Amino acid sequence: MRKALAVGRKEFRQIARDGRTLSVLLVVPVLFLLLFGYALNWDIHHVKMAVNDQDRSPESRALVQAFVRSTYFDLVGEVSDRGIGALMDAGTVRAVLVIPDGTARRLHGGEPAPIQVLIDGDDANTATTVQGYVQSLLETQSAKYRLQAYPRAGRPPVRVEPRVWYNPELRSVLFLVPGLIAYIAMLTAVISTALSVVREKERGTMEQVRMAPLGALSYVTGKSIPYLIVSLVSSFGIVVAAMWLFDLPMRGSWLVLLLTLTLFLLGALGLGLFVSTISDSQQVAFQIAALASFMPTLLLSGFIFPIASMPVWLQATTYLVPARYFLVALRGIVLKGTGPAVFWPDLLALALFATAVIGLAAVRLRREWA
Amino acid sequence: MNTGADTITVDRLTRRFGDFVAVDDLSFGVHQGEIFGFLGANGAGKSTTIRMLCGLLLPTSGTATVGGVDVRRDPEGVKRRIGYMSQKFSLYEQLTVDENIRFFAGIYGLSRAKFEERHRFVIEMAGLEGRGRSLTRDLPGGVRQRLALGCAILHEPPIVFLDEPTGGVDPLSRRRFWRLIDTLSAQGVTVLVTTHYMDEAEHCHRIAIMHAGRLAALGTTSELKGLFRGRSIVEIDTGNPVMAMRVLQDAPAVEKTSVFGTAVHAVLRHGDDDLAELRQRLTAAGLTVGAIAPVEPSLEDVFLDVMDRRAS
Repeated sequence: MRKALAVGRKEFRQIARDGRTLSVLLVVPVLFLLLFGYALNWDIHHVKMAVNDQDRSPESRALVQAFVRSTYFDLVGEVSDRGIGALMDAGTVRAVLVIPDGTARRLHGGEPAPIQVLIDGDDANTATTVQGYVQSLLETQSAKYRLQAYPRAGRPPVRVEPRVWYNPELRSVLFLVPGLIAYIAMLTAVISTALSVVREKERGTMEQVRMAPLGALSYVTGKSIPYLIVSLVSSFGIVVAAMWLFDLPMRGSWLVLLLTLTLFLLGALGLGLFVSTISDSQQVAFQIAALASFMPTLLLSGFIFPIASMPVWLQATTYLVPARYFLVALRGIVLKGTGPAVFWPDLLALALFATAVIGLAAVRLRREWA
Repeated sequence: MNTGADTITVDRLTRRFGDFVAVDDLSFGVHQGEIFGFLGANGAGKSTTIRMLCGLLLPTSGTATVGGVDVRRDPEGVKRRIGYMSQKFSLYEQLTVDENIRFFAGIYGLSRAKFEERHRFVIEMAGLEGRGRSLTRDLPGGVRQRLALGCAILHEPPIVFLDEPTGGVDPLSRRRFWRLIDTLSAQGVTVLVTTHYMDEAEHCHRIAIMHAGRLAALGTTSELKGLFRGRSIVEIDTGNPVMAMRVLQDAPAVEKTSVFGTAVHAVLRHGDDDLAELRQRLTAAGLTVGAIAPVEPSLEDVFLDVMDRRAS
């Protein structure tokens, strides 16, 4: 154990002295958070909209006002029938509201009054969202008119009053930040651990150390502890930065957060060690580590793409991605304030992953060691 | 110096990598306090042998004991008894001199009191007084080499393995390094060293020449030079050694030739009675011939001779 400590102390000094490693571990994560936090935002406000009002009635103007008041739409101006195509082509507007002649008359006569909304579909995500806004706006409006037309009918018998828990404003950043923490922590922990071991192979210091009566286990322990501590510090840094910059609530226990992060990072370190045992140069190690950590974490963890909407075979592979479990636990702690009583199976899965991957790395390293 | 007891014994040691036999049926012994040199081309099996003796690589067959410990049965026990230094002088370059010494003392499990004593010893040996806080990468090659040796013998091992320890170091530093090795040997430390440099090999008490995984020759410098008994070597000074070699190779008295600086060494099949004939041949070919004189075989002559005979 004293020998492992000697290795750990040496590793700490190396990290502290090597500006590149230190910045990868501490600065890059926060930079990533800023970049992704601001760029990865699915909330759509201020959609540019033009109006083609052929009715020119108080009713049609009220309709336009309803759109503008919602803040989801910005009125760019009026547009003629012929001008619509050019405006959409140029991307000046993403939506055009067409109110046909006679809309007011139909409304008062109790007839259905069709309203047309043209949406630019070149970005399917935005188009879907805009469509949703339009629908709910128009529904609210027609409910008002129905009440005016048939006052005796009263309110509709069934009314939905949705209330969203944990993230009432449905801010996507609250959903994304836990994923970002997983992504960044995984990337930095795996890559830095893998590189630090392979660097020793490349420079020959590994061989020198192997000549000493030092077991593979002491070496690995000493090598991992500094990275675990630095990764923990950097992960907490991300959480705090997200609380400060993106109003991330922290509803759960910090102690449980520490436990969850530690389990997750142990798995990441193990993965990094494993990568180092199958690569002989820093370049190869970097590529394998990046591929093994960031692809699954980004694509298969539920960070961006919901697992439930994947095909079954792909869903099955997500069980091998530690970030999947980590995300459940982390969102639970940060957004819901729940504890291990709820997500213990995920913690167990994280622990299993860490044990398996560290065991695998140890077996491979021991074979290489002597 | 030579107490007669073998601290390293190697018996029919063999190591295969797939079909390739890196070390083939190697047997020898090294006495305590001896400086034992390993000479051979790259890929002759020197490093593989050292790695097996250090307990890093298991032999395919055969046995070896180092300091009385079987390398196959107790590699960890071997590691406690040896120091190892390679041509890379594998220190941590971003760490200071003191931090490197502290690290190696740590992984060898030195006690605090012992550490103080050995730290002083290494600093003094490497000539690094007052430079404990310098970064290792800023040190000149020769100093780094001495520091690496110091770190390798922090735990006072009775046996030291040096794998091409003087690569890329200036001649003055090499000389100083070899003085350290002589001191170690005088203190009873057994040193097994591989090298490419013939002048370094002359420092060794005994030399093993390896070729293609096998032991090609083994003995003291003078024993090895005795391989030339009955033949003789002449050094021939001409303006054009390449041309001279071509002419000499056609002479029936000449067994073979090699370039030696600007001169040519020719190995004669018999005594040195055909010198006049050689001079005649060279002059006839239009070469201006300076001195032709018999010389003592150098270790390089021996090495090339052994290689030649192995190859044929």
